[in-house]
Amino acid sequence: MSGTGARENVFATRMALTNTKLRLKGAQTGHSLLAKKRDALTTRFRAILKKVDEAKRKMGRVMQLASFSLAEVTYATGDISYLIQEQAKSASYKVKARQENVSGVVLPAFDVDRVSGSDFNLTGLGRGGQQVLRAKEVYAKAIETLVELASLQTAFTILDEVIRATNRRVNAIEHVVIPRLENTIKYIMSELDEMDREEFFRLKKVQGKKKRDTAIREQKEKDEKTARSAHASNVSAQQDSPTVLDEDRDEPTEDLLGTKDADVIF
Amino acid sequence: MTTNISFKDRNLIAVIGDEDSITGVLLAGVGHINEQQQKNFLVVDSKTQVSTIESAFQEFTERKDIAILLINQHIAEKIRPTVDRYQQAFPALLEIPSKDHPYDPSKDSVLKRVQKLFGE
Repeated sequence: MSGTGARENVFATRMALTNTKLRLKGAQTGHSLLAKKRDALTTRFRAILKKVDEAKRKMGRVMQLASFSLAEVTYATGDISYLIQEQAKSASYKVKARQENVSGVVLPAFDVDRVSGSDFNLTGLGRGGQQVLRAKEVYAKAIETLVELASLQTAFTILDEVIRATNRRVNAIEHVVIPRLENTIKYIMSELDEMDREEFFRLKKVQGKKKRDTAIREQKEKDEKTARSAHASNVSAQQDSPTVLDEDRDEPTEDLLGTKDADVIF
Repeated sequence: MTTNISFKDRNLIAVIGDEDSITGVLLAGVGHINEQQQKNFLVVDSKTQVSTIESAFQEFTERKDIAILLINQHIAEKIRPTVDRYQQAFPALLEIPSKDHPYDPSKDSVLKRVQKLFGE
Protein backbone atom coordinates (compact mmCIF):
# COMPACT_ATOMS: atom_id res chain seq x y z
CA MET A 1 0.00 0.00 0.00
CA SER A 2 2.68 2.48 0.97
CA GLY A 3 5.65 1.11 -0.88
CA THR A 4 4.19 1.45 -4.38
CA GLY A 5 5.74 4.07 -6.62
CA ALA A 6 8.14 6.88 -5.88
CA ARG A 7 7.66 8.99 -2.81
CA GLU A 8 9.43 11.79 -1.06
CA ASN A 9 11.98 11.09 1.60
CA VAL A 10 10.24 12.33 4.73
CA PHE A 11 9.80 11.21 8.31
CA ALA A 12 6.35 9.92 9.03
CA THR A 13 5.08 12.60 11.36
CA ARG A 14 1.84 14.48 11.62
CA MET A 15 3.58 17.69 10.60
CA ALA A 16 5.03 16.10 7.47
CA LEU A 17 1.55 14.81 6.68
CA THR A 18 0.06 18.29 6.95
CA ASN A 19 2.84 19.76 4.85
CA THR A 20 2.50 17.13 2.15
CA LYS A 21 -1.25 17.55 2.05
CA LEU A 22 -0.79 21.30 1.57
CA ARG A 23 1.70 20.68 -1.20
CA LEU A 24 -0.65 18.26 -2.91
CA LYS A 25 -3.36 20.88 -2.81
CA GLY A 26 -0.95 23.42 -4.27
CA ALA A 27 0.04 21.04 -7.04
CA GLN A 28 -3.58 20.40 -7.90
CA THR A 29 -4.35 24.12 -8.05
CA GLY A 30 -1.28 24.70 -10.19
CA HIS A 31 -2.29 21.89 -12.47
CA SER A 32 -5.75 23.26 -13.06
CA LEU A 33 -4.39 26.76 -13.65
CA LEU A 34 -1.82 25.54 -16.13
CA ALA A 35 -4.43 23.44 -17.88
CA LYS A 36 -6.60 26.54 -18.20
CA LYS A 37 -3.67 28.51 -19.59
CA ARG A 38 -2.97 25.78 -22.08
CA ASP A 39 -6.58 25.77 -23.22
CA ALA A 40 -6.58 29.54 -23.66
CA LEU A 41 -3.34 29.43 -25.62
CA THR A 42 -4.55 26.60 -27.79
CA THR A 43 -7.72 28.48 -28.65
CA ARG A 44 -5.66 31.48 -29.66
CA PHE A 45 -3.24 29.25 -31.52
CA ARG A 46 -5.99 27.65 -33.59
CA ALA A 47 -7.33 31.07 -34.56
CA ILE A 48 -3.87 32.20 -35.62
CA LEU A 49 -3.29 28.98 -37.49
CA LYS A 50 -6.34 29.56 -39.61
CA LYS A 51 -5.33 33.16 -40.25
CA VAL A 52 -1.79 32.17 -41.24
CA ASP A 53 -3.16 29.73 -43.75
CA GLU A 54 -5.46 32.34 -45.26
CA ALA A 55 -2.84 35.08 -45.30
CA LYS A 56 -0.31 32.87 -47.03
CA ARG A 57 -2.73 32.20 -49.84
CA LYS A 58 -3.67 35.84 -50.05
CA MET A 59 0.00 36.75 -50.27
CA GLY A 60 0.34 34.65 -53.40
CA ARG A 61 -2.31 36.70 -55.18
CA VAL A 62 -1.00 40.03 -53.94
CA MET A 63 2.53 39.32 -55.03
CA GLN A 64 1.30 38.30 -58.45
CA LEU A 65 -0.41 41.64 -58.82
CA ALA A 66 2.73 43.44 -57.70
CA SER A 67 4.89 41.58 -60.19
CA PHE A 68 2.50 42.54 -62.88
CA SER A 69 2.72 46.23 -62.05
CA LEU A 70 6.49 45.97 -62.09
CA ALA A 71 6.29 44.43 -65.53
CA GLU A 72 4.35 47.51 -66.60
CA VAL A 73 7.13 49.69 -65.27
CA THR A 74 9.74 47.70 -67.14
CA TYR A 75 7.69 48.01 -70.28
CA ALA A 76 7.34 51.77 -69.94
CA THR A 77 10.75 52.79 -68.68
CA GLY A 78 13.08 49.93 -69.45
CA ASP A 79 15.10 48.13 -66.85
CA ILE A 80 15.34 50.20 -63.70
CA SER A 81 16.52 47.48 -61.33
CA TYR A 82 20.17 48.50 -61.36
CA LEU A 83 19.26 52.12 -60.79
CA ILE A 84 17.06 51.27 -57.87
CA GLN A 85 19.57 48.99 -56.24
CA GLU A 86 22.19 51.67 -56.40
CA GLN A 87 19.95 54.40 -55.10
CA ALA A 88 18.74 52.55 -52.03
CA LYS A 89 20.31 54.26 -49.05
CA SER A 90 18.10 54.23 -46.03
CA ALA A 91 14.80 52.57 -45.50
CA SER A 92 11.68 54.67 -45.57
CA TYR A 93 9.53 51.63 -45.17
CA LYS A 94 10.09 50.19 -41.71
CA VAL A 95 8.17 48.15 -39.23
CA LYS A 96 7.46 48.83 -35.62
CA ALA A 97 7.04 46.08 -33.10
CA ARG A 98 4.37 46.24 -30.44
CA GLN A 99 3.39 43.58 -28.03
CA GLU A 100 0.23 41.80 -27.21
CA ASN A 101 -0.44 39.74 -24.12
CA VAL A 102 -2.20 36.40 -24.31
CA SER A 103 -2.49 34.81 -20.83
CA GLY A 104 0.97 35.86 -19.79
CA VAL A 105 2.66 35.24 -23.11
CA VAL A 106 4.06 38.26 -24.89
CA LEU A 107 3.31 38.11 -28.57
CA PRO A 108 4.97 40.64 -30.84
CA ALA A 109 3.05 42.21 -33.66
CA PHE A 110 4.52 44.35 -36.41
CA ASP A 111 3.06 47.59 -37.64
CA VAL A 112 4.07 49.36 -40.81
CA ASP A 113 5.99 52.52 -40.13
CA ARG A 114 6.25 54.47 -43.35
CA VAL A 115 8.08 57.72 -43.88
CA SER A 116 6.98 59.72 -46.89
CA GLY A 117 9.56 60.66 -49.49
CA SER A 118 12.03 58.17 -50.81
CA ASP A 119 15.33 57.69 -52.55
CA PHE A 120 13.77 57.22 -55.93
CA ASN A 121 12.41 60.65 -56.67
CA LEU A 122 14.15 60.80 -60.00
CA THR A 123 13.26 57.32 -61.15
CA GLY A 124 11.05 57.38 -64.16
CA LEU A 125 11.60 61.07 -64.69
CA GLY A 126 12.08 60.54 -68.38
CA ARG A 127 9.10 58.31 -69.00
CA GLY A 128 6.86 55.92 -67.18
CA GLY A 129 6.71 58.00 -64.00
CA GLN A 130 3.10 57.11 -63.50
CA GLN A 131 3.78 53.39 -63.77
CA VAL A 132 6.65 53.71 -61.34
CA LEU A 133 4.46 55.47 -58.85
CA ARG A 134 1.72 52.90 -59.19
CA ALA A 135 4.18 50.03 -58.83
CA LYS A 136 5.49 51.68 -55.69
CA GLU A 137 2.02 51.83 -54.19
CA VAL A 138 1.18 48.30 -55.17
CA TYR A 139 4.39 47.01 -53.68
CA ALA A 140 3.82 49.01 -50.51
CA LYS A 141 0.41 47.37 -50.19
CA ALA A 142 1.89 43.96 -50.87
CA ILE A 143 4.54 44.44 -48.21
CA GLU A 144 1.85 45.54 -45.80
CA THR A 145 0.24 42.15 -46.31
CA LEU A 146 3.60 40.52 -45.83
CA VAL A 147 4.18 42.38 -42.57
CA GLU A 148 0.78 41.30 -41.32
CA LEU A 149 1.62 37.76 -42.24
CA ALA A 150 5.00 38.04 -40.53
CA SER A 151 3.44 39.08 -37.25
CA LEU A 152 0.97 36.21 -37.48
CA GLN A 153 3.79 33.84 -38.19
CA THR A 154 5.92 35.12 -35.32
CA ALA A 155 2.96 34.75 -32.98
CA PHE A 156 2.50 31.26 -34.36
CA THR A 157 6.11 30.30 -33.68
CA ILE A 158 6.15 31.74 -30.16
CA LEU A 159 2.78 30.26 -29.23
CA ASP A 160 3.83 26.89 -30.53
CA GLU A 161 6.87 26.96 -28.28
CA VAL A 162 4.97 28.20 -25.22
CA ILE A 163 2.20 25.65 -25.65
CA ARG A 164 4.75 22.90 -25.80
CA ALA A 165 6.43 24.12 -22.61
CA THR A 166 3.06 24.44 -20.85
CA ASN A 167 2.08 20.97 -21.96
CA ARG A 168 5.28 19.59 -20.58
CA ARG A 169 4.64 21.22 -17.24
CA VAL A 170 1.01 20.09 -17.09
CA ASN A 171 2.03 16.53 -17.83
CA ALA A 172 4.88 16.63 -15.35
CA ILE A 173 2.57 17.76 -12.57
CA GLU A 174 -0.13 15.29 -13.53
CA HIS A 175 2.04 12.24 -13.94
CA VAL A 176 5.00 12.83 -11.65
CA VAL A 177 4.43 15.39 -8.93
CA ILE A 178 0.87 14.54 -7.89
CA PRO A 179 1.33 10.74 -7.76
CA ARG A 180 4.49 11.19 -5.75
CA LEU A 181 2.77 13.42 -3.20
CA GLU A 182 -0.14 11.01 -3.00
CA ASN A 183 2.25 8.15 -2.39
CA THR A 184 3.96 10.16 0.32
CA ILE A 185 0.65 10.83 2.02
CA LYS A 186 -0.29 7.16 1.85
CA TYR A 187 3.07 6.19 3.26
CA ILE A 188 2.84 8.65 6.15
CA MET A 189 -0.72 7.53 6.92
CA SER A 190 0.21 3.88 7.00
CA GLU A 191 3.24 4.58 9.16
CA LEU A 192 1.16 6.63 11.57
CA ASP A 193 -1.47 3.87 11.73
CA GLU A 194 1.23 1.36 12.42
CA MET A 195 2.60 3.56 15.18
CA ASP A 196 -0.90 3.90 16.63
CA ARG A 197 -1.37 0.15 16.73
CA GLU A 198 2.01 -0.31 18.35
CA GLU A 199 1.24 2.30 20.97
CA PHE A 200 -2.13 0.71 21.70
CA PHE A 201 -0.55 -2.69 22.08
CA ARG A 202 2.14 -1.30 24.33
CA LEU A 203 -0.42 0.40 26.54
CA LYS A 204 -2.39 -2.84 26.74
CA LYS A 205 0.76 -4.64 27.80
CA VAL A 206 1.58 -2.05 30.44
CA GLN A 207 -1.95 -2.18 31.73
CA GLY A 208 -1.86 -5.96 31.88
CA LYS A 209 1.43 -5.91 33.76
CA LYS A 210 0.10 -3.36 36.22
CA LYS A 211 -3.00 -5.47 36.79
CA ARG A 212 -0.89 -8.53 37.35
CA ASP A 213 1.35 -6.66 39.76
CA THR A 214 -1.59 -5.40 41.74
CA ALA A 215 -3.12 -8.84 41.82
CA ILE A 216 0.13 -10.32 43.12
CA ARG A 217 0.51 -7.60 45.72
CA GLU A 218 -3.04 -8.04 46.89
CA GLN A 219 -2.58 -11.78 47.06
CA LYS A 220 0.56 -11.29 49.11
CA GLU A 221 -1.14 -8.92 51.48
CA LYS A 222 -3.98 -11.37 51.88
CA ASP A 223 -1.52 -14.18 52.52
CA GLU A 224 0.35 -12.09 55.03
CA LYS A 225 -2.86 -11.21 56.74
CA THR A 226 -3.93 -14.83 56.95
CA ALA A 227 -0.43 -15.85 58.02
CA ARG A 228 -0.47 -13.25 60.71
CA SER A 229 -3.84 -14.34 61.95
CA ALA A 230 -2.71 -17.97 61.78
CA HIS A 231 0.42 -17.12 63.74
CA ALA A 232 -1.62 -15.35 66.30
CA SER A 233 -3.81 -18.41 66.72
CA ASN A 234 -0.68 -20.64 66.84
CA VAL A 235 0.81 -18.52 69.57
CA SER A 236 -2.33 -18.83 71.58
CA ALA A 237 -2.29 -22.60 70.94
CA GLN A 238 1.39 -22.79 72.02
CA GLN A 239 0.57 -21.12 75.20
CA ASP A 240 -2.09 -23.75 75.73
CA SER A 241 0.09 -26.90 75.20
CA PRO A 242 3.87 -26.26 75.05
CA THR A 243 4.81 -29.94 75.70
CA VAL A 244 3.38 -31.23 72.43
CA LEU A 245 5.40 -28.75 70.45
CA ASP A 246 8.68 -29.78 72.11
CA GLU A 247 8.19 -33.39 71.13
CA ASP A 248 7.65 -32.37 67.52
CA ARG A 249 10.89 -30.43 67.43
CA ASP A 250 13.06 -33.31 68.71
CA GLU A 251 11.99 -35.95 66.23
CA PRO A 252 13.54 -34.55 63.00
CA THR A 253 16.99 -34.18 64.52
CA GLU A 254 17.13 -37.85 65.34
CA ASP A 255 15.97 -38.70 61.83
CA LEU A 256 18.65 -36.56 60.17
CA LEU A 257 21.44 -38.18 62.06
CA GLY A 258 20.19 -41.63 61.19
CA THR A 259 20.02 -41.11 57.40
CA LYS A 260 23.31 -39.30 56.95
CA ASP A 261 25.24 -41.96 58.82
CA ALA A 262 26.83 -43.74 55.85
CA ASP A 263 28.33 -40.60 54.20
CA VAL A 264 29.84 -39.07 57.20
CA ILE A 265 33.57 -39.71 57.35
CA PHE A 266 34.38 -37.96 60.50
CA MET B 1 11.72 38.77 -20.80
CA THR B 2 14.79 39.22 -22.88
CA THR B 3 12.89 39.32 -26.15
CA ASN B 4 11.13 42.49 -25.04
CA ILE B 5 14.28 44.49 -25.35
CA SER B 6 15.55 42.92 -28.51
CA PHE B 7 12.52 43.21 -30.73
CA LYS B 8 12.00 46.89 -30.02
CA ASP B 9 14.91 47.95 -32.22
CA ARG B 10 14.15 45.54 -34.98
CA ASN B 11 12.55 47.60 -37.67
CA LEU B 12 14.05 46.65 -41.01
CA ILE B 13 12.82 44.25 -43.62
CA ALA B 14 15.51 42.19 -45.34
CA VAL B 15 15.06 40.54 -48.72
CA ILE B 16 16.76 37.71 -50.55
CA GLY B 17 15.30 37.44 -54.01
CA ASP B 18 15.65 37.61 -57.74
CA GLU B 19 16.17 40.90 -59.50
CA ASP B 20 12.50 41.68 -60.10
CA SER B 21 11.37 40.96 -56.56
CA ILE B 22 14.19 43.04 -55.14
CA THR B 23 13.41 45.93 -57.48
CA GLY B 24 9.77 45.93 -56.48
CA VAL B 25 10.43 45.69 -52.79
CA LEU B 26 13.11 48.36 -52.91
CA LEU B 27 10.78 50.60 -54.87
CA ALA B 28 8.43 50.53 -51.91
CA GLY B 29 11.28 51.91 -49.82
CA VAL B 30 12.61 48.92 -47.96
CA GLY B 31 16.25 49.22 -49.01
CA HIS B 32 18.75 50.18 -46.35
CA ILE B 33 22.51 50.42 -46.24
CA ASN B 34 23.97 50.92 -42.80
CA GLU B 35 27.21 52.52 -41.65
CA GLN B 36 29.20 49.37 -42.29
CA GLN B 37 27.97 49.39 -45.90
CA GLN B 38 25.87 46.33 -45.20
CA LYS B 39 22.88 46.03 -47.46
CA ASN B 40 19.68 44.49 -46.26
CA PHE B 41 18.99 42.81 -49.59
CA LEU B 42 20.67 40.24 -51.78
CA VAL B 43 20.06 39.84 -55.48
CA VAL B 44 20.18 36.22 -56.53
CA ASP B 45 20.48 35.24 -60.17
CA SER B 46 21.31 31.99 -61.89
CA LYS B 47 25.04 32.58 -61.36
CA THR B 48 24.82 33.11 -57.59
CA GLN B 49 26.46 30.40 -55.53
CA VAL B 50 24.42 28.52 -52.98
CA SER B 51 27.08 29.29 -50.37
CA THR B 52 26.55 33.02 -50.98
CA ILE B 53 22.85 32.63 -50.35
CA GLU B 54 23.54 30.60 -47.23
CA SER B 55 25.92 33.17 -45.79
CA ALA B 56 23.51 36.01 -46.58
CA PHE B 57 20.74 34.07 -44.88
CA GLN B 58 22.92 33.55 -41.83
CA GLU B 59 23.90 37.20 -41.77
CA PHE B 60 20.34 38.46 -42.01
CA THR B 61 19.08 36.08 -39.33
CA GLU B 62 21.87 37.09 -36.99
CA ARG B 63 21.56 40.84 -37.44
CA LYS B 64 19.81 42.56 -34.59
CA ASP B 65 17.98 45.24 -36.59
CA ILE B 66 16.01 43.02 -38.93
CA ALA B 67 12.45 42.19 -38.02
CA ILE B 68 11.31 40.35 -41.11
CA LEU B 69 13.28 38.39 -43.68
CA LEU B 70 11.65 37.88 -47.04
CA ILE B 71 13.01 35.19 -49.30
CA ASN B 72 11.84 34.02 -52.69
CA GLN B 73 10.46 30.55 -52.50
CA HIS B 74 12.57 29.18 -55.32
CA ILE B 75 15.67 30.52 -53.56
CA ALA B 76 14.56 29.10 -50.23
CA GLU B 77 14.26 25.81 -52.07
CA LYS B 78 18.01 25.94 -52.78
CA ILE B 79 18.87 26.20 -49.11
CA ARG B 80 15.87 24.23 -47.87
CA PRO B 81 17.68 22.38 -45.05
CA THR B 82 18.86 25.66 -43.54
CA VAL B 83 15.42 27.22 -43.91
CA ASP B 84 13.67 24.24 -42.37
CA ARG B 85 16.07 24.26 -39.46
CA TYR B 86 15.35 27.91 -38.78
CA GLN B 87 12.89 28.03 -35.86
CA GLN B 88 13.53 31.41 -34.25
CA ALA B 89 10.77 33.91 -33.83
CA PHE B 90 13.00 36.83 -34.78
CA PRO B 91 13.47 37.74 -37.50
CA ALA B 92 10.30 36.29 -38.92
CA LEU B 93 11.03 34.32 -42.04
CA LEU B 94 8.61 34.67 -44.92
CA GLU B 95 8.73 32.81 -48.16
CA ILE B 96 7.33 34.91 -50.99
CA PRO B 97 6.50 33.95 -54.53
CA SER B 98 8.48 35.42 -57.41
CA LYS B 99 7.42 36.40 -60.87
CA ASP B 100 8.59 33.25 -62.59
CA HIS B 101 7.77 30.85 -59.78
CA PRO B 102 4.19 30.74 -58.56
CA TYR B 103 3.60 30.21 -54.89
CA ASP B 104 3.40 26.63 -53.72
CA PRO B 105 1.99 26.38 -50.18
CA SER B 106 3.06 22.76 -49.80
CA LYS B 107 6.75 23.74 -49.88
CA ASP B 108 6.60 26.48 -47.28
CA SER B 109 8.35 25.40 -44.09
CA VAL B 110 5.88 27.22 -41.86
CA LEU B 111 2.84 26.03 -43.78
CA LYS B 112 4.17 22.51 -43.57
CA ARG B 113 4.05 22.81 -39.82
CA VAL B 114 0.59 24.34 -40.01
CA GLN B 115 -0.63 21.45 -42.09
CA LYS B 116 0.91 18.99 -39.69
CA LEU B 117 -0.83 20.63 -36.75
CA PHE B 118 -4.14 20.50 -38.54
CA GLY B 119 -3.56 16.81 -38.90
CA GLU B 120 -3.66 16.65 -42.65
